[in-house]
Amino acid sequence: MLDDPAIALTILVLALFVGFEVIAKVPPLLHTPLMSGSNAISGITIVGALLAAGREEQTLSTALGFIAIVFASINVVGGFLVTDRMLAMFKKKKP
Amino acid sequence: MNDQFIQFAYLAAAVLLIRGLSGLGSPKTAPRGNLTAAAGMLIAIVATLLMKGVVSYTVIIAGIIVGSTIGAVLALRIQMTAMPQMVAVLNGFGGGASALVASAELLNYMREGSEPTGIVPTAIVLGILIGGITFTGSLIAFAKLQELMKGAPLVYAGQRFVNAALGVGLLGAGVMMVMTPLELNPFYVVLGLSLLLGVLLVIPIGGADMPVVISLLNSYSGLAACATGFVLGNSGLVISGSLVGASGIILTKIMCDAMNRSLTNVLFGAFGAVDKTTASAGSTDGRTAKGYTPEDAAVIFSNSRSCIVVPGYGMAVAQAQHAVRELADTLEEKGIRVKFAIHPVAGRMPGHMNVLLAEADVPYEKLVPMDEINREFSETDVALVIGANDVVNPDARTDKGSPIYGMPILDVDRAQHVFVIKRSMNPGFAGVQNPLFFNDNTMMIFGDAKGTVLALVESVRELV
Repeated sequence: MLDDPAIALTILVLALFVGFEVIAKVPPLLHTPLMSGSNAISGITIVGALLAAGREEQTLSTALGFIAIVFASINVVGGFLVTDRMLAMFKKKKP
Repeated sequence: MNDQFIQFAYLAAAVLLIRGLSGLGSPKTAPRGNLTAAAGMLIAIVATLLMKGVVSYTVIIAGIIVGSTIGAVLALRIQMTAMPQMVAVLNGFGGGASALVASAELLNYMREGSEPTGIVPTAIVLGILIGGITFTGSLIAFAKLQELMKGAPLVYAGQRFVNAALGVGLLGAGVMMVMTPLELNPFYVVLGLSLLLGVLLVIPIGGADMPVVISLLNSYSGLAACATGFVLGNSGLVISGSLVGASGIILTKIMCDAMNRSLTNVLFGAFGAVDKTTASAGSTDGRTAKGYTPEDAAVIFSNSRSCIVVPGYGMAVAQAQHAVRELADTLEEKGIRVKFAIHPVAGRMPGHMNVLLAEADVPYEKLVPMDEINREFSETDVALVIGANDVVNPDARTDKGSPIYGMPILDVDRAQHVFVIKRSMNPGFAGVQNPLFFNDNTMMIFGDAKGTVLALVESVRELV
């Protein structure tokens, strides 16, 4: 998929710029939800964990993959849920 | 499922994650933004499960159930005051997962006896290194925030030398690992030293600098995910990881600017532990601070039209948010306009104070960031400081000898009257006295934040 390091680096650099542009527009009011939300996104490493744990042969890497899935799921589920909980408080208006 | 389809799915996931993050640009679109990002994540996970190499689902399903349950319980139980700890833990698990994935891939190469090529060995080392440091570093940050260990910087002689030596050793082992990827020993050294350095790098950092540390570790957890993306040749991981990396870097910079300190100074300066002797004690000119009662304050309120509340972490510690909101409501009923001034480092992580006040039902329109509100103090009748100290210390503007000189502050001293609710005259975290307390237009109201604010509510109801 990303066999050519030049293409991979291109994607990395462009994605960093997109990240800077998007995040710089988030107001300080929402910095905590931004942090927990982006945190959940860093749980994307679960994709790697799935690949490591899902191989046909059950080996030590499967065990590491399993722990990685547990860690990453905590990160993803915990991150998105807690962000949702916080944002619900900002939505509330006084009657 | 064919590879090309899966690549398109990752692209869709990346688009949704970016759309989701840009949704966080305003409180109105934010909840949907978060859901959009979560949908992107779900697509990436499902696409991965459909890949050819993924065949044994039992382990995967077990892992997801265990992890999701723990994550959900944490997310639903956590107190808003404990949000920094929560984020620290999440950072740690994210980083730990990346280190594990990189290690698992390496072990798999070893088992198959095939040498990884190109950028892969470097990416494996970086994944283990950044992920490992993030894991233990976040756990230490958690322990400090949760007060399982002392928040004060832990320093010893030769600390920097030890850390530098370990860092050099880590780099050396990393280079060896890249050159001989199928050898186990360099792998053990890199893993061990990364975990150790994560601990050693965070213990000398003080509790009040944790907002910076958490932001930085947030960035690392993204970069670690990015590295595993290179290991696996997976563009979805590279894109998402770098988004998080960028977000963490920006927040780190904002936090450093708000404290007027460089990142190097925060990480290696052990603030609050050194240079106390050379620091000036604050210009009090032998004056004494005058204590007043909530009734005295209410009398002033009766002639006021506007009030800016300056909440600090002391307010949150005393659980006074709801009392403060009640006070704001009461003042508004009496025709006094109320706003809240939010310093960027109020609280224990970026934006923390906003969340705490939103939880107490303060409408977010009233929460005004520092740069905006500073123009308004000179036209304001009352500035009410609750549990904040260093962020309202005028020495930061004028006294070059002060350790906090140059730090951007809220200009409360420019208001007609300043009320400061404070437990005692103890100096703030920076260990310096605050001349604001001795000004002629300042009224100190000593007492517990919650009790004092409630007393103030009563007095305002009676007198105004």
